[in-house]
Amino acid sequence: MLDYRAVIGLEIHAQLLTKSKIFSKDSAAYGGEPNHYISPVSLGHPGTLPVVNQACVEHAVLTGLALGCEITRENLFARKNYFYADLPKGYQVSQDKTPVCTGGGIRIRKSDGSDKWVRIHRIHMEEDSGKSIHDQDPFHTLVDLNRAGVGLIEIVSEADIADAEEAMAYLGEIRKIVRYIGICDGNMEEGSLRCDANISVMKQDAKVWGTKVEVKNMNSISNVGRAINYEIARQIELLEKGEVIRQQTRTWDASKGATVSMRDKESAHDYRYFPEPDLPLLVITDTYIDRVRLKLPKLPHELYAEYTREMKLPEQDAVILTENRQFAEYFSALVSEGIGPKAAANWCLGSVRSWLNAQALSIEHYPLSPSALSKIIMLVEEGKVSNTIARDKLLPLVLESPNANPIEIAQQAGWILEVAGDALGELIASVLEKFPQKVEEFRSGKTGLLGFFVGQVMQASAGKYDPKVINQEVQKKLSDS
Amino acid sequence: MKITEELIDKLANLARLEFQGSEKAAIREDIERMVGFIEKLNEVNTEGVLPLTHIHAEPIPLREDRVVEEVSHEQALKNAPDHDSDYFRVPRVLDKDN
Repeated sequence: MLDYRAVIGLEIHAQLLTKSKIFSKDSAAYGGEPNHYISPVSLGHPGTLPVVNQACVEHAVLTGLALGCEITRENLFARKNYFYADLPKGYQVSQDKTPVCTGGGIRIRKSDGSDKWVRIHRIHMEEDSGKSIHDQDPFHTLVDLNRAGVGLIEIVSEADIADAEEAMAYLGEIRKIVRYIGICDGNMEEGSLRCDANISVMKQDAKVWGTKVEVKNMNSISNVGRAINYEIARQIELLEKGEVIRQQTRTWDASKGATVSMRDKESAHDYRYFPEPDLPLLVITDTYIDRVRLKLPKLPHELYAEYTREMKLPEQDAVILTENRQFAEYFSALVSEGIGPKAAANWCLGSVRSWLNAQALSIEHYPLSPSALSKIIMLVEEGKVSNTIARDKLLPLVLESPNANPIEIAQQAGWILEVAGDALGELIASVLEKFPQKVEEFRSGKTGLLGFFVGQVMQASAGKYDPKVINQEVQKKLSDS
Repeated sequence: MKITEELIDKLANLARLEFQGSEKAAIREDIERMVGFIEKLNEVNTEGVLPLTHIHAEPIPLREDRVVEEVSHEQALKNAPDHDSDYFRVPRVLDKDN
């Protein structure tokens, strides 16, 4: 491996989250009864004409803006011709010479703490094919056209990726972005986000790239990593044996943990792209782009910068908080409610996150609004309820009845801490009187005894006071007299 | 451009057509004439002329993202040569190679 380096580029297909398909009015929903979301256009009936769904264009432009791409003003659609049973027209409407976005890129973070810029080559719009089912009928292939014509964008990276870790980080970042901007649900198991990898290896000092192999059918981020590691090792082994690498398309077989040849270059396709005569020029104006730009939310890297630089949160906290847009928004809302960033982050990453993990739910399903949770945190910040009580007793009760008033619950349960006053002063005095010897020792320099006194007072007060307050008051008392 | 028999075979395969004996010779002559016509056009100097992909310059109209059910499941399957109650049925294929 040391003598070689890999050159990797990824092609990511993201299914666009729209109500209807890209060129027709049938539903683009996932999981319908077979062949229910269909129309004469998506069935490929003769004489039907496509009409472009504006939401698909908007999603593509929004993605381009989020990834810093140049937006193409004059867009042509093109026919990509091939025969397959789940492609009813005999061609896929795609874009060839005028992809809607070019350039741009994304910063990925590596496990050693360094980061790397991965460039985007292009993003184009196209329609999805239907689904072929080969394992239900021994003599036939069954075709479901619900997916045929659903809008896609294909995000093609430059070959800037050097190994499996970078590929996984890049795919993870792209998935995070498409989810943030709401153009794709990023579900790799259901195939709404799909990834192919072009992989080649070359000697460290070589000037020319090796022969590239395309790997398909990796339906999770971890499979992308496994497939790339396997493929790099396979190619190096071939080269070491003096064999040549054939330009191939291979499929990832997760159960074998190996890539398997699908076809060689000799049988590669000749797609004979030509401009789609049924769709005139799609013109994207500056005004349109400006309007779409307004829909761009704060992106993860912007929030990360805000959390680490302005709010001074630790990097690791900021990474987890920005993993998901809704979670970051929940945190930001807590801060807007007047909770300090560190306390808000602790609650989000602690109690809130562990509850969500235990219930396997996302933040949208958290029973408490940021404002409701802030009422509980506020009780702690104001020293009215101890942090432990708030986290372990009060919060679970409020989660069960989110409309209840946390202050009332705390009052009824007797969890409201007493404020420092005469009563506490007397209590401390009586404790100190009980241990004159220890007071003496403390005053002669054995300051470690402070904890002992605090513990005694806490015990005597049956947890009615905030330990912090007791600590302060005991210190005061000991240095007073 | 010389249209060879190999090229005819390749094009026929791409178009999923089959030509036997004299048909192949006939289609070869047809294609030769068509390519000849394009070659004639290629003689014109088009430097600086943008390709004309559509004869009118009207930009594309866009559609609102709204679902309309235009045909039912039953109607969709009705005209297919073969289907069951859920799916279109086609001869068994294995290699999904696109």
